[in-house]
Amino acid sequence: MSLPARVTTLIVAFVAVVAGVWFVVAHFLLAGPPTEDFTAGVTPNTGQTIHIMLQEDAQNTVSQRPDWVSYFIRSPSGQWVHTTLFTVPAGTRVDMTILGYDGCTPARNPYFGLVTGTIGNIALVDGKPTRVLNSWSGCNVGHTFSIPGINLNVPMDTPAVTAALCSTSPCTSGPHKTMQFSFMTPRASGVYFWQCRIPCGGGFDTGFGGPMQTIGYMTGNMTVVS
Amino acid sequence: MAAEAPPRPPAAPPEDRRNHVLRIFIPWLILSVIADLIIWFVWKPHLPPGTMSSSAEDQQFTIAVMAVMAAPVMIFVLIYFGYALLVWRQKPDDDTDGPAIHGNTRIQATWITVTSAIVLGLFVFGTVELVATNGAGAGQGASPIWKPGGTPLQVQVIGQQWKFTYRYPQFGGFETSQLVLPTNQWIEFHVTSLDVIHSFWAYQLGVKADANPGVDNVAYTKINNTGEIVVRCAELCGLWHGAMRDYGQAVSAGAFQTWARTSETRLAAVTKILPPYALTYDPTVAPQMAKIMVQNGLGGGAGLSYPDNAPVNP
Repeated sequence: MSLPARVTTLIVAFVAVVAGVWFVVAHFLLAGPPTEDFTAGVTPNTGQTIHIMLQEDAQNTVSQRPDWVSYFIRSPSGQWVHTTLFTVPAGTRVDMTILGYDGCTPARNPYFGLVTGTIGNIALVDGKPTRVLNSWSGCNVGHTFSIPGINLNVPMDTPAVTAALCSTSPCTSGPHKTMQFSFMTPRASGVYFWQCRIPCGGGFDTGFGGPMQTIGYMTGNMTVVS
Repeated sequence: MAAEAPPRPPAAPPEDRRNHVLRIFIPWLILSVIADLIIWFVWKPHLPPGTMSSSAEDQQFTIAVMAVMAAPVMIFVLIYFGYALLVWRQKPDDDTDGPAIHGNTRIQATWITVTSAIVLGLFVFGTVELVATNGAGAGQGASPIWKPGGTPLQVQVIGQQWKFTYRYPQFGGFETSQLVLPTNQWIEFHVTSLDVIHSFWAYQLGVKADANPGVDNVAYTKINNTGEIVVRCAELCGLWHGAMRDYGQAVSAGAFQTWARTSETRLAAVTKILPPYALTYDPTVAPQMAKIMVQNGLGGGAGLSYPDNAPVNP
């Protein structure tokens, strides 16, 4: 093989390897859902209040996994975003509203029907104060919003069993329940993962695979900044 | 012309009159005594997992005994190695062969006897420690062989992705995410799982027991001192395995009784919806829910959650 041919081969091989490495890094390591920032205009550790709204849907038609259940976060600018990452100020009261568009699945452990970690250990279901939801006696729990690091757990009530659920994400209409609760963010910076405790990853081992273990669907991070 | 003189045989090396055994034995003895004293009096108090419970204390004691036994052996090997390098190394311009070695029955027999005695002694010691400490804090399965006397406090540990919860059957079977335990009382952990395999590891207590779905794994300990207990999952169990940890408290017997009675009352509403206390649970079968789902022609949860024709895992 001539010298120019050998040099050309070497350069092509080098470029191919670099491109492959870059593809892996960009596609699998750097890619991810965006983070919604709720810290603007709030001074940490002053007890100010911020408002965050989420919704949980039976599907995620704006993703490559349209059959996966999913949370969405409404950005501070009012747009529904396919993400489960958000940032909040430390020592701040969060008034959380979650719209439950998905149907029911019984909890693996009914203990997680208990509301914990909210102010007053209470949540409002369509405005009605609730401390416990029994997912085994009636088909009325779809998911939970749980942040183990602050012992927060709120079960999500669901539309009627036979209701025709919203089928296009993010949902803007259709039968749903409105959950409201408040909690205080920790006073120190940190990253707190949150998850759903209902085995709603249908078709996956123990119902906890797929969307249950994928950031952007049924689990994510709450980043606290001080 | 004089006949050429025959070559002289090489001179025999001077007889080695040094007492190698003594030159190795004396530093070995001195260093071994020093090492064992350091291990026992300096190192042992800091050995994990501490002395918070009977099982932790016994583990610390066992590790220290093992170290005391092992140190002289290791020191002997290192001294012999160093001595051989320094004393029996080849001298410059010395091309002669070393002395022929035909073995030394006495040394070999001594080595085999001593090392066998150490290993067998530690085997007996380890077995006794396992029996005398009611399993040394390890899970013994559903039918434990070694049990403490009296009536231990039963605490059920339930592993689930990704949190441990605890049930107290002697207090109405309430369930909580707080691990609170009394001092000076035997505790009987019943460890199980609702999904995949976890491992309940209460570090300061020296208790570690696998949490297998459908299996009741029993472990015992008795807490000596009040304080904080770090609980971790010691079995890779999914995305948030690394965050599956919490902190328990060991409190006085009186404080525990107060906490347990208060919790029993406070959690009565959720206790009512829990399944009856059992040593294991099958959470894929919720009869009431299955009925509702079937009536409404739904898939998804309950006993029909994961049919055979469900999509396979990625």
